Amino acid sequence: MADWPLFEVFVRSKHGLNHKHVGSVHAADRRMAIENARELYTRRNEGVSIWIIPASEITASSPDEKEPLFDPSNDKVYRHASFYKLPKEVGHM
Amino acid sequence: MYAQLVETGSSKLKTLDEMSPEERQFQERINDEIKIEPKNWMPDAYRKTLIRQISQHAHSEIVGMLPEGNWLTRAPTLKRKLQLMAKIQDEAGHGLYLYSAMETLGADRDEEIDKLHDGRAKYSSIFNYPTLNWADMGTVGWLVDGAAIVNQVPLQRTSYGPYSRAMIRVCKEESFHQRQGYQILLTMMQEGTDDQKAMVQDSINRMWWPALMMFGPSDDNSPNSAQSMAWKIKRHSNDELRQRFLDQTVPQLELLGCTAPDPDLKYNEETGHYEFGEIDWQEFFDVVKGNGPCNRERIEARRSAIDNGAWVREAAVAHAAKRQSRAA
Repeated sequence: MADWPLFEVFVRSKHGLNHKHVGSVHAADRRMAIENARELYTRRNEGVSIWIIPASEITASSPDEKEPLFDPSNDKVYRHASFYKLPKEVGHM
Repeated sequence: MYAQLVETGSSKLKTLDEMSPEERQFQERINDEIKIEPKNWMPDAYRKTLIRQISQHAHSEIVGMLPEGNWLTRAPTLKRKLQLMAKIQDEAGHGLYLYSAMETLGADRDEEIDKLHDGRAKYSSIFNYPTLNWADMGTVGWLVDGAAIVNQVPLQRTSYGPYSRAMIRVCKEESFHQRQGYQILLTMMQEGTDDQKAMVQDSINRMWWPALMMFGPSDDNSPNSAQSMAWKIKRHSNDELRQRFLDQTVPQLELLGCTAPDPDLKYNEETGHYEFGEIDWQEFFDVVKGNGPCNRERIEARRSAIDNGAWVREAAVAHAAKRQSRAA
């Protein structure tokens, strides 16, 4: 199977929801990857749509970048609705 | 159990103070129940041990199809045949989820499968026993998948993210396996002839002890357990899981109207647990070392499946290349 590239599989479980990563399959090409993914990840109505993408095409952030990437959002409390205190009389907003 | 006797390369646990800064950070993450993901730093021994454990688990699912495949063409009704086929397809699926989790650790699937075929990698001892009558399909589902569930449910919380997610998927499907197995036995016991009932008891007599052995050696003989538990790639001891399995299984055995081949099996009112006789550990180690009743046959079947399927894999690649060149 060394000649069969690895594809990452994403399944939309229901209409209206996002595709979500579920795992990977090996296949000779994209069409076969879809077929293999169907057999492997949706044997019991787990999905209504499948995406596959060659694993080599994915670029992921590195755990080392966690702080520079995600920390800046921590100190921007004013981005959250709860930051803005309003008088009770305003009611639900 | 699906992974027995997994080497960790260490029988002595390091304290946090003895660890390098990154190792310490890793262990603290595990202690806090934060999952380790593929790109996180991990000690080499953790990676190697997990590859060993997950590949062994995957091999067990794949080899586990063989004893059941033996009865596909001999199933008593079309309904039973379809159920058995669905179950076997699930086992293939479980093997593939696990190989895919293993690959996230940088392991190569073909290489790990080669290790299975030349005896360097193990798989669960239980699949080296033959399936001799139809009741064995019931007993395998009930006892073997039952033991698998007891082992796999805690592994859903294992520290390695991809392994944990594969286990969650597997556990969702296992309960069908166990229930269909038990129903086969129940039908035979309630509606069967005397011969068919005797078949059930015979099957239980043969499978009982091998099923208990699935949990691996007793705790005082499990040198790798401490490290695996610290890494949380194992969450309960072998004896603890074996006891849990026994406690839930004996009442089901009684409901069938069958007995266990163990004169020492009895309920202890004080502890609330069942007590059982001595397991034949010599037999267990013989089977693990490759000398069980079916070890050679199983590996031979896997090897010939891979070898005889080579042309299909090559043809698929050639076909993909041709299609691509036409599209270009």
